[in-house]
Amino acid sequence: MIELQDIWKTYADGTHALRGVSVVIDRNEFVYLVGPSGAGKSTFMKLIYREEVPTKGQISVNGFNIGKLKPRKIPYVRRNIGVIFQDYRLLPKLSAYENVAFAMEVIEAPRRIIKKRTMEVLELVGLRNKHSSLPAQLSGGEQQRVAIARAIVNNPAVIVADEPTGNLDPETSWGIMNLLEEINFRGTTIVMATHNREIVNTLRKRVIAIENGIIVRDEARGEYGYEI
Amino acid sequence: MKFSTILRHLREGVLNIIRNGWMSFASISSIGISLFILGVFMLMALNVNIIADQIESQVEIRVYMKLDTEQAKIDQLQTEIGNIPEVSKVTFVPKAEGIELLRKSIGEDGAELLEGFNESNNPLPDAFTVEVYEPKNIGFVAKKIGALNIEDQSKPITDINYGKGTVDSIFKVTDAVRIIGFVIVAGLAVMAIFLISTTIKITILARRREIGIMKLVGATNNFIRWPFFIEGALIGIIGSVATVILLFVGYSQIIGASEYQLGLMMFQLVTLKEVSLIVSVPLLALGTLIGIWGSILSVRRYLKV
Repeated sequence: MIELQDIWKTYADGTHALRGVSVVIDRNEFVYLVGPSGAGKSTFMKLIYREEVPTKGQISVNGFNIGKLKPRKIPYVRRNIGVIFQDYRLLPKLSAYENVAFAMEVIEAPRRIIKKRTMEVLELVGLRNKHSSLPAQLSGGEQQRVAIARAIVNNPAVIVADEPTGNLDPETSWGIMNLLEEINFRGTTIVMATHNREIVNTLRKRVIAIENGIIVRDEARGEYGYEI
Repeated sequence: MKFSTILRHLREGVLNIIRNGWMSFASISSIGISLFILGVFMLMALNVNIIADQIESQVEIRVYMKLDTEQAKIDQLQTEIGNIPEVSKVTFVPKAEGIELLRKSIGEDGAELLEGFNESNNPLPDAFTVEVYEPKNIGFVAKKIGALNIEDQSKPITDINYGKGTVDSIFKVTDAVRIIGFVIVAGLAVMAIFLISTTIKITILARRREIGIMKLVGATNNFIRWPFFIEGALIGIIGSVATVILLFVGYSQIIGASEYQLGLMMFQLVTLKEVSLIVSVPLLALGTLIGIWGSILSVRRYLKV
């Protein structure tokens, strides 16, 4: 599903974000990406959804060689990858419904289907009755649920979540985790960067730890492993 | 592109204007204000032009003849002057008519000056007034008439008068006014573009995030571009239509209010009907173009996400 072969990423200012990372993530896996701030977690994620290209090495997602992709093709690959951020990144002037439907309008789905599917995923994330609310009228947890609904509405093969619970209180975070687990259960591969020890240690999944741009640990049903 | 997608872009374009209420208002106003100033100067330039034309068309040559010139000679001269290609009209002013005109122009205060002059002792010579097609040729035509006199043995013409100095300075003034008007209009057009591009730069910042998110969910560049494109065009159209309406309402008021005063000075403003196309078409086109250009500019920068 996701395959990185000896990936190096050096930014224009000379920072080596990743230094020879190789990893395979299979279909339907749920992977935590842990490590200190600035270790290279975000770069790892950005490479997957092609926000960045590797300086060296090969990366393929869902069969596409992401590094060699023509710019014209990028949008089509992104449609198969759902992205979730710590700061939700919703369009502030669109309602919850419109924010989710937008991702379907982009792929030029028929209106009737957009309506049906959007309400379906809003139902799944528990926001059916708040579909006409603007992001500002929703709580942090609810906004993140809208973002998740937007990420899954086109049935992507992969979901990339960059600290999805970073801004949320513990109780709300658990709600979001249950939702992600449910999505994973339905067959979507999930890669999630996190600093949340409790979640990683409780909801045991594969853990990949990155430090200084190198994978230092990769274990199935692993632990968070860092002291606070 | 699917038809439903086109409809979607149109709907989004219109909705964007409403959603970005204040920003749209700012853009529409800045297009409107710039175009309004431009429009005012266009109207002024058009009017200065027409008034300059009116002043120029009032210049004419007066040709005075010897007191004892025979009627046959007068007829011959009239034909000869009329044959000069630049001349549009030759009018014979017999001395009797001349003194009447003089009486009229002096008015009551000077009436006594001309008292005692009658048909038998009229001191004025017979004369022609000569009008030309191109006011600028007036000096040249005067010279040609002079040449006619030199060729003629009897030298029937005593004086050719076209107010040489006055005419030259009228041309200088009207030329200067035209050039200044053009420079001001051109300068304002440039200023309008700057004003609008500043507004656009502010909108760009507001839109950066939005475009980033669109790209993230897999929108193609064209898909992102279209609603912005439509939004820009609409902003331009709304701004320029409002401006044109305001401008024309204001102008018709000015025409109404100044008709009498200017009429006394023998001038007339260009009518609304005459200027409506000359002013509205460029303003509408410019407004729409600026709107589209601005939105293209603002989106292009952030499409490379």
